[in-house]
Amino acid sequence: MRQSRYLLKKIGWALLTVLIVILLNFFLFRILPGDPARAGIRDPRLTQDAVAAIRERFGLDKPVINCFESLNPVEFGSCGVNPLDTQLFIYVGNLLSGELGISYHTNRPVIDMLKEQLWNTVLLIGAGQILAIFLGMGLGVLAAWRARTTIDFSALLASLTFWSLPTFWLGIILLFWGSSQFGLPTGGKLTPAGNFANIWEEWADVGWHLLLPTLTYTIVFLGEYMLIMRSTLLDVLSEDYILTAKAKGLRTAQILKDHALQNAMLPMVTIIALNLGFTVAGAIQIETVFSWPGLGGAIFEAVERKDYPMLQGAFLLIAVSVIFANLVADLLYSYLDPRVQAG
Amino acid sequence: MSETTVGATSLSGFWRSFRRSRMGLVGLFMLVTVILMAVFAPYIAPYDPKEVIRVTIDDIYAPPSAAHWLGTDDAGRDVLSNFIYGSRVSLIVGFFASFISIFIGSVVGIVAGFYGGRAENVLMRFTDIMLVIPDLPLAVVIVALTKPSLWNIIFVIGALGWTGSARLVRSQTLAVKQRKFVLRARSIGAGNAHIIRYHIFPMVLPLIVVNTVLVISLAILNESTLSFLGLSDPTALSWGQMLNFAFTRGAMSARAWWALVMPGLGIVWAVLACTLLGQGLEQVLNPRLETHYLAVGAQMVARPGMEAQV
Amino acid sequence: MRSLRQAPVLLEVRNLNTDFLTPGEAPAHALADINFTLREGEVLGIVGESGCGKTTLMLSLMRLLPANGRITSGKVNFMNTDLLSLSEREMGDVRWKNVAMIFQGAMNALNPVHTVGRQIAEAIIQHNYITDQKLVTDRVVELLELVGIGAERKDQYPHQYSGGMRQRAMIAMALACNPQVVIADEPTTALDVMIQAQILELLAKLRDKLGLSILFVTHDLGVVAEMCDTVLVMYGGVTAEYADVDTIFNTPQHPYTQELLRAFPDLTRPTEKLVSIPGYPPRLNALPPGCRFAPRCPHVFERCHGERPSLHPLNGRHFASCHLVESESTISPETSKFPGKSGEK
Repeated sequence: MRQSRYLLKKIGWALLTVLIVILLNFFLFRILPGDPARAGIRDPRLTQDAVAAIRERFGLDKPVINCFESLNPVEFGSCGVNPLDTQLFIYVGNLLSGELGISYHTNRPVIDMLKEQLWNTVLLIGAGQILAIFLGMGLGVLAAWRARTTIDFSALLASLTFWSLPTFWLGIILLFWGSSQFGLPTGGKLTPAGNFANIWEEWADVGWHLLLPTLTYTIVFLGEYMLIMRSTLLDVLSEDYILTAKAKGLRTAQILKDHALQNAMLPMVTIIALNLGFTVAGAIQIETVFSWPGLGGAIFEAVERKDYPMLQGAFLLIAVSVIFANLVADLLYSYLDPRVQAG
Repeated sequence: MSETTVGATSLSGFWRSFRRSRMGLVGLFMLVTVILMAVFAPYIAPYDPKEVIRVTIDDIYAPPSAAHWLGTDDAGRDVLSNFIYGSRVSLIVGFFASFISIFIGSVVGIVAGFYGGRAENVLMRFTDIMLVIPDLPLAVVIVALTKPSLWNIIFVIGALGWTGSARLVRSQTLAVKQRKFVLRARSIGAGNAHIIRYHIFPMVLPLIVVNTVLVISLAILNESTLSFLGLSDPTALSWGQMLNFAFTRGAMSARAWWALVMPGLGIVWAVLACTLLGQGLEQVLNPRLETHYLAVGAQMVARPGMEAQV
Repeated sequence: MRSLRQAPVLLEVRNLNTDFLTPGEAPAHALADINFTLREGEVLGIVGESGCGKTTLMLSLMRLLPANGRITSGKVNFMNTDLLSLSEREMGDVRWKNVAMIFQGAMNALNPVHTVGRQIAEAIIQHNYITDQKLVTDRVVELLELVGIGAERKDQYPHQYSGGMRQRAMIAMALACNPQVVIADEPTTALDVMIQAQILELLAKLRDKLGLSILFVTHDLGVVAEMCDTVLVMYGGVTAEYADVDTIFNTPQHPYTQELLRAFPDLTRPTEKLVSIPGYPPRLNALPPGCRFAPRCPHVFERCHGERPSLHPLNGRHFASCHLVESESTISPETSKFPGKSGEK
């Protein structure tokens, strides 16, 4: 059936991209300057032996890939190194078993740290995205319906302005204003050394800390969704079938709901899915400003501390989620649009 | 595939169409003011940011006063002067980076769209992969692991920002390629290079121009973000860099709102200028009637004894 | 020739004027003083060049003009109700149920994400024509079969239909609530000749079977000769000539009608040179003060440039707006005896 061929093609492509990202990820951190072993060790008093021991522990004494250093074709196939013993192979092998290495900085397994941080980021963007989607789309529908009226122009101007705000700056301003005017927390996920009587109180505290970052996030994305919805809906409402619907005697609200929105949602859904994928990464700004312990902040910290396993793991996770979100967007679109299924 | 039409074929016609877009005019005005500010910085700024000054504790984060209209920053320097000079860095990085992006994107787009076949496949697959890799984390990683310098930032932003343009340009190239005048040119023996230069490129150029404005706004935003995260050259005081200093050096606790608000406003001004300008340009080059079948409008003149009908 | 004289009048349009407004420019007078009548079972052909206002006229009747359109004066009497006096809500009730429209069946006239069956059912349910769900489905199948589309296709999407099928589906949909009047806006223009013939045959069959009155908009005189009882020839937004089909083809009085007929190639004389009417249709926001056809008329004389001719009655059911045909006693349209109410054919 055509649809399953389409599905397979898309999934296959996604997997290929993941593979390329894995390779890229691997090489990126090996090519960039800075000996990973030295980087993980800040103490200059370490002896050569100690450094060697650390290298061995992290597997950095093995060759990177089979005969990477000598690409001479004659020697290539016979450099006497067991290809399975190279860093690349070990890395991929580890990946497949869910092992992402140990953080240089905290000595905890990368995967554990990532799990926590991913959850925190999802919490942050989840709330913000939902609000931004509904408010943005609603505003977009209103603006498109009342195109060229004052409502439209004000909504358009507001959205363009929101879109032009640098995320981190909006965060700073809200943080400044929120903490000085309303006593909102200046950062973090939980009040340090807070004693919580039960899980509800703890959640309430998290919510309290979540307020400003979510507000920032919502405002930034509200503009984008509004603009896209407005533009899409304007196109849709100029299509002939809208005139047909009106000629059939349907009321405006009905036409908007039954005919226009479904068609307008097609591109919207794709964009939302893509955004969700990207914003796992884009939360870097908000997480930095609000000291929120999420994935974006993790990357930033890992960069500062040259914590390569952490960096690699985080980067991979982000790239994979983007690829996954892309795949979901593609599949969703093909599901919603009957024209695509037929090929 | 629908093609963007050129709304005006001459410069004066273009200006006349553009003039009708209020947003475009406001955007243009805003952009011109900020460019002028950057160009004439030495004449406008009250203090020279490079001047070595001696400061006391009172001079740090001093609130706005007659001597310092926008107060002072963490090093006792005049925020207003920094702000004015900061526009230079922000704009320069923004412009250069976006030119790199536009160049790469246009070349990729035109080649892919025009030559088609394997070249197109390879190029578009490559573009897809680049699109998927998230920009900011990659930029953070690359810039952080290499020497912090303005050129690095320009290059990184430029090298990561071309994908959107590539797709757009390719679409447009495909559409233009189908048009009759291209076929006619071929039939009289015009070579590929000639067709691209004289037929394809002029039709794609308006789209590129509109897209450039958008890319510039994104580049300025990206530069400010990277600077804020501390990944830029600290001696090049862009607006993002000013915010980095303010944020990491206690402006929040000092309640020094002037150090936090002003540089950001500069960024917003520049980006909004480009955005509005882009809207205006789009109106000219891709005029949309902005009306639709459900639009509210009185269809009849009121008759005596009856309210106006809709 | 079916006798229409005694059939009741369904639609009576009097002095309809429509403008299009563009900010910063003069209003375009798209329709000026249009008058015609439609009786039960009558097929009225509306012909003219592209841009002469045929579609605008149809949209005005159904009050589906775009946001910058204004009906500035006139009456559209449908069975004794002036449609122009109804509220939007009331008009919505009239649309499709009493007066339905067959759009050009282009890809986008039907919603691509809904099945064809659902779109037809929507019309039925909207006007409460049938309320029982099962009966609605039966009616949809009945309609599709009426136009020669198999019942199983009701669950297919528009892109799965061919061009001719889409047009037939549009016809089926238009008949959903058994309207009295059907407006067919160039229903065969985008189709090839074979399909065209099929569609016309279908329309004729439906007209006879269901007793439909049809407003048939077209620029194809051959179709008019085949299908229509009366003809309204439009030019530049005004009525050039209005008469029954035989009169128009045999004794046209308006120069434009005459030119139009001459321009239409005649298969019985294949070696004749093709003729066209030189010049271009008028710009509707920069109209000449006199007769709109004056710049291109082969019989133009001085009066034509200054004074706009009114719709002049010629022996009963024949009207033309041309100074040439005006007799000594010029009768203005408001006081003229309206077609159908008097006169013998």
